[in-house]
Amino acid sequence: MTQTQLSTTGARPSQVPAVSLSGVTKDFGAVHAVRGIDLQLQQGEIVAFLGPNGAGKTTTIDMVLGLSRPTTGEVSVLGLQPRQAIARGLVSAVMQTGGLVKDLTVRETVEYTASLFADSKPVDEVLENAGITEIADRKVAKCSGGEQQRLRFAMALLPDPALLLLDEPTTGMDVEGRRTFWSAIRRDAEQGRTVLFATHYLEEADQYADRIVLISKGLIVADGSGSEIRALAAGRSVRATLPDADVDRLAAIGGVDGVEVRGETVILHAKDSDAVARYLLTETDARDLEITSKGLEDAFLSLTGPHHDDAGDDQ
Amino acid sequence: MTTVTTPGTIDPTTRKVPPLGGFNTTILGIELKRMLRNRRTIFFTLVFPAGLFFAFGGTKGWDDNAGHGNVAAYIMVSMALYGAALTAASSGAMVAMERALGWSRQLRLTPLSPVVYISIKAMVALVMGALAVVVVNTAGLVQGKPDMPVGRWVACGVLAVVCTLVFAALGVFVGYLVPGENAMQILGPGLALMSFLGNVFIPIDDHTSLIWHIAQWTPMFGVAEVTRSPLTGDLPWYAVVNAVGWLVVFVLGAAWRMSKDTARV
Repeated sequence: MTQTQLSTTGARPSQVPAVSLSGVTKDFGAVHAVRGIDLQLQQGEIVAFLGPNGAGKTTTIDMVLGLSRPTTGEVSVLGLQPRQAIARGLVSAVMQTGGLVKDLTVRETVEYTASLFADSKPVDEVLENAGITEIADRKVAKCSGGEQQRLRFAMALLPDPALLLLDEPTTGMDVEGRRTFWSAIRRDAEQGRTVLFATHYLEEADQYADRIVLISKGLIVADGSGSEIRALAAGRSVRATLPDADVDRLAAIGGVDGVEVRGETVILHAKDSDAVARYLLTETDARDLEITSKGLEDAFLSLTGPHHDDAGDDQ
Repeated sequence: MTTVTTPGTIDPTTRKVPPLGGFNTTILGIELKRMLRNRRTIFFTLVFPAGLFFAFGGTKGWDDNAGHGNVAAYIMVSMALYGAALTAASSGAMVAMERALGWSRQLRLTPLSPVVYISIKAMVALVMGALAVVVVNTAGLVQGKPDMPVGRWVACGVLAVVCTLVFAALGVFVGYLVPGENAMQILGPGLALMSFLGNVFIPIDDHTSLIWHIAQWTPMFGVAEVTRSPLTGDLPWYAVVNAVGWLVVFVLGAAWRMSKDTARV
């Protein structure tokens, strides 16, 4: 498998990298969850970690958090061993579920966590910033999913971490909540905080991350900005209204990868969309022609799809 | 907070590691508060052992001689030990719940060392065990039947609290071994069985019987003999070996499971 190495955006290579993985592999018995990852995140970068289930995202994040050790290779966080970075309050993570005790109140949970760090922001300030001051005396069990998520954030921000790892951070948030969330994250990144988030909202990755790292079957398959990733899966879709379309004839046009017929609508996927458009408008009765570039989702699928399977022989 | 806020840089060398692996009185206080407002814990700690004492402590022959005191005193000391053991084991078994909820994983993302986490659980278990001992002894005082010299009475109480450590360790061990709420469902009946075999509920008088020979090897036997020794004036060496032996087994078991757990989490 060839890794598609693109320029890293927003890199400030003179500093200690926030995260550095070199030649990292992780085996669970006979399963090779991570097959060899080299990755450097610079301070202040917002990076999306994308990949299908079982790609090795969680395994990699666990190694960055010092929850498990790589089988081979080195992991360092701000130049330290992951556990040392954790002990200094340099790394926080927000998981999507769990991680809370139901019979503690919101305030007790934050106080408990705050007491564990050598330096911590004041509890009241963190509660206020997370918008959970009003529910501070409520038991965690009585909090809604959204409130619990805000509590997890409050806990993560207590030590003022230099690296923040997020697992599907905005699941369950509405559009407005998502926007507010990301503008807060962006503000913190400007202060030098590095953010690595796993998501399957491809649009979200495209919109808010400086850099997208695409991982599939334990390897990085692409690394770059959203538009760079999109460009990797070149090609456009041409959509037109064409009653009684002759699929075989359409498929025979030069450069057409696929033809879909939905009632009177045909959709053609092609590298050279101009040639297709010219053909449709001159040689057929097609009308209402529309040309769109493929989305990030298509790029994602074509980069992580089965034809990139050549490394996955011994699974 | 001493974070450097120059845009685009955070200096990791300005950050400190907390002393004592993260141990502090805030968590100890929160953990205790948490136990004290748990209705189930309160029932098993305060109500149940005292109730058992009232049920057994006034039966026929309560005024018979038993060592330096009477049979009612003997039953009171046994019930205090049982209550403390049950409470300590269930406090230790909270580990199982916290693992199931992902709280232990969350704590692994803080400077808190796993050894300190377990030590705090053990301390809370000891405090709760002591509370159970106080409640049962208070019940004895109120009822008025138990009789023994004050010094021996206090010694029995203190020994019961010390012996509670064995069951705090057992609770943590089982908490790591068995997932979620099942831990307590094993410990409850398990402790009752151990108490029967350990001479806590019914004295096994026939020292030549098979049951006596089995009982001598069970975890409640040693601590029960040790706890009652100020009253009985008798402390067999094999009881001390039993108590220390089981403490070592449970502590090593808990430590072993814990190291496996933290390697994997």
